[in-house]
Amino acid sequence: MDRNDFHAIHIWKVLMHKIAKLALLSSAIAVAGAANAARDYIQIVGSSTVYPFATVVAETFGKTTDFKTPIIESTGSGGGMKLFCAGVGENHPDITNASRRIKPSEFEKCQANGVTDIIEVKVGYDGIVLGNYNQSEQLSITRRDLFLALAKHVPNPDGGESLVPNPYMTWKDVNVELPDVEIEVLGPPPTSGTRDAFAELALEGGCKTFDWVKAMKKADKNAYKAACHSVREDGTYIESGENDNLIVQKLRENPKAFGVFGFSFLDQNSDVIQGSLIDGAAPEFENIADGSYPVSRPLYFYAKKAHVGVVPGIREFLNAFTDEAAWGDEGYLTDKGLIPMPDEERAKFGADARALNPMAM
Amino acid sequence: MSMKQTEIIKQGLARRYNAERRFRIYGLSAIICGVAFLVFLLGTTFVNGYTAFLQTYIALDITLADSDFDGDATAESIARADYLGIIKRSLREHFPEVTKRRDKSNLYKLVSSGAQYDLRKEVAENPELIGRTTTFWMLADDEVDVYMKGRIDPAVPEKNRRLKDRSIAWIEALKAQDRVERKFNILFFTNGDSREPEQAGILGAVMGSLFAILVTMLLAFPIGVAAAIYLQEFASRNRFTDLIEVNINNLAAVPSIIFGLLGLAIFLNFFNLPRSIPLVGGMVLALMTLPTIIISSRAALAAVPPSIREAALGVGASPVQTVLHHVLPLAMPGMLTGTIIGLAQALGESAPLLVIGMVAFIVDIPGSPLDPGTALPVQIYLWADSPERAFVERTSAAIMVLLLFLVAVNGLIVLLRKKFERRW
Repeated sequence: MDRNDFHAIHIWKVLMHKIAKLALLSSAIAVAGAANAARDYIQIVGSSTVYPFATVVAETFGKTTDFKTPIIESTGSGGGMKLFCAGVGENHPDITNASRRIKPSEFEKCQANGVTDIIEVKVGYDGIVLGNYNQSEQLSITRRDLFLALAKHVPNPDGGESLVPNPYMTWKDVNVELPDVEIEVLGPPPTSGTRDAFAELALEGGCKTFDWVKAMKKADKNAYKAACHSVREDGTYIESGENDNLIVQKLRENPKAFGVFGFSFLDQNSDVIQGSLIDGAAPEFENIADGSYPVSRPLYFYAKKAHVGVVPGIREFLNAFTDEAAWGDEGYLTDKGLIPMPDEERAKFGADARALNPMAM
Repeated sequence: MSMKQTEIIKQGLARRYNAERRFRIYGLSAIICGVAFLVFLLGTTFVNGYTAFLQTYIALDITLADSDFDGDATAESIARADYLGIIKRSLREHFPEVTKRRDKSNLYKLVSSGAQYDLRKEVAENPELIGRTTTFWMLADDEVDVYMKGRIDPAVPEKNRRLKDRSIAWIEALKAQDRVERKFNILFFTNGDSREPEQAGILGAVMGSLFAILVTMLLAFPIGVAAAIYLQEFASRNRFTDLIEVNINNLAAVPSIIFGLLGLAIFLNFFNLPRSIPLVGGMVLALMTLPTIIISSRAALAAVPPSIREAALGVGASPVQTVLHHVLPLAMPGMLTGTIIGLAQALGESAPLLVIGMVAFIVDIPGSPLDPGTALPVQIYLWADSPERAFVERTSAAIMVLLLFLVAVNGLIVLLRKKFERRW
């Protein structure tokens, strides 16, 4: 063995010592830290649709107050509710965002786990857009045609009262007034809240226009839901992941295709894509705000009253979110594509949030 | 007879030369293909991303009147002053012809919403500026920045653009007065995440990744090496150790999200550690890298010639001394190679971090592994999903930073390996 080998062994020994010490130290810190860590930041989970708005409020809140900036995870509305309702305490999130109202089953689960006082805040509206590349023809379509084009099963084209697998291949097949272009729609997967809302508002809206299908709702609710909410799986509706940006890029490359995404993406990319008119209304700020654009949904967030005063800043965060400078007609959230609520609604939810009034189901 | 044989060889010669040539061409074309893909990937990333390292600033003459500070510049009045109002006033004074409410609100949007906080900081540091008019370089809004980088085409009809004709006219006017400039985007390297692209930075994600990977290294390397030494040098071979070996080999191929779910069940739900912290991220990634380290460490130990062990035992070293003093230093380079591969994988991983809450919007830069933090791949994912156009270039820039980070970590370990490299 030469000198070099001894040298290597020496370095090795010193290194091993240091690593052992560091490992011991870090695990000690970890245990100590985890044992007495009082969470001093707000933790928020929930809908990916509310995420762009909640993050802006959180960032402004962090900059303008002495509190830490809240942490926001985008887990989807359902996933957020599950985490939110798991219990009270530092290890459970303080607030969850939702692109739909809390379901009775979720509310009951919350109650069962000790999350009794929940503050419900409606923050505004979001439109769902059917868009395409703006060098292509702009589509004007009814919800009925949209349902016929995208549903898995449609009423028999011969007029009979039965459902048949969707036979339409081009928009013209659906309605002779529509262009002679193959149906090709890129949209979010079933895990997405946007997809749920699209199915509920656009497809079911069109589905209900068939009287005999509407009558099914009373007789067999599940069959009705299956008929109205199922999206076709023969390759005409292409699931493109939760990433709306990807859909926008694909539309530019494929001028024949349409995409389903949130209004904020249309708002930010209006030089590339255009929104289709649905039931005669264009997806524009004013139309969504006054309700004439039919495919829009309310956005909410829910806060735990039990955490107010335990985790610092929750009350102040609620105030910041419900401030006119944020969610008002001219607030900074409108720059990000949020459609504000009418004045009375804002007054009601704002007052409830400031007074920390728990909701009733 | 012998003539015939050479004839046969000569006849086949051309064919064999051709086969040789063909084989080389196949090999070469495989490499060219690989390089072409790499160049394309790096090329598009660079072309999309290099502009993110520059950021547009607008020079504004800001008058800090005494009345803005209640006539008396105390620390409190400086903290409370309406800087947004001061910036708006300066913009109005610069463009006195803008009178309509809607136009004004568009005019205010030329400057980033973060500029007011920069101004506050500036005034807090230099209170003597109060009462004077000073030219400040204000952070421009992301729309202005995207326009200055030539990514908004003014030929597109106005209604299809977010930046309207009036705004473009204002920018051009400012440009003519040398009041618009692109400077090195230092904020990109010193800020945490932000929803305003012009204020978004990578430091939070870099620190998060650094803490997570540090925890991973400190956990996975000693445990992995210890496990490998025991299994390779001390454990007797029986059914039980065979079972362990099969399991380790299997674990190396398990999708990373499974380790994330394991981490969720053990660290978060059982040990009640908080969500979103790099410590837990590092522990999950350590679980993921352990099999890789153990397998490569065992291979490195097995490659040490038995003569070394026998010589050490022959001069009276105990088995532990033999391993620690002689076998291990010689096996070290191989072990470090395995660690490089494992850690590089861990650095690029985002799936297991999803379930333990590290895919989140986090503005504050983590100062320890216990502060909430994200990681670089997660930051790339989050920016790629943001609607604002200016995030496109920042996504590519973040990819470049991740690649650099990988090169740095790998370089460090290669250096260590070189130090221990032995030849015999």
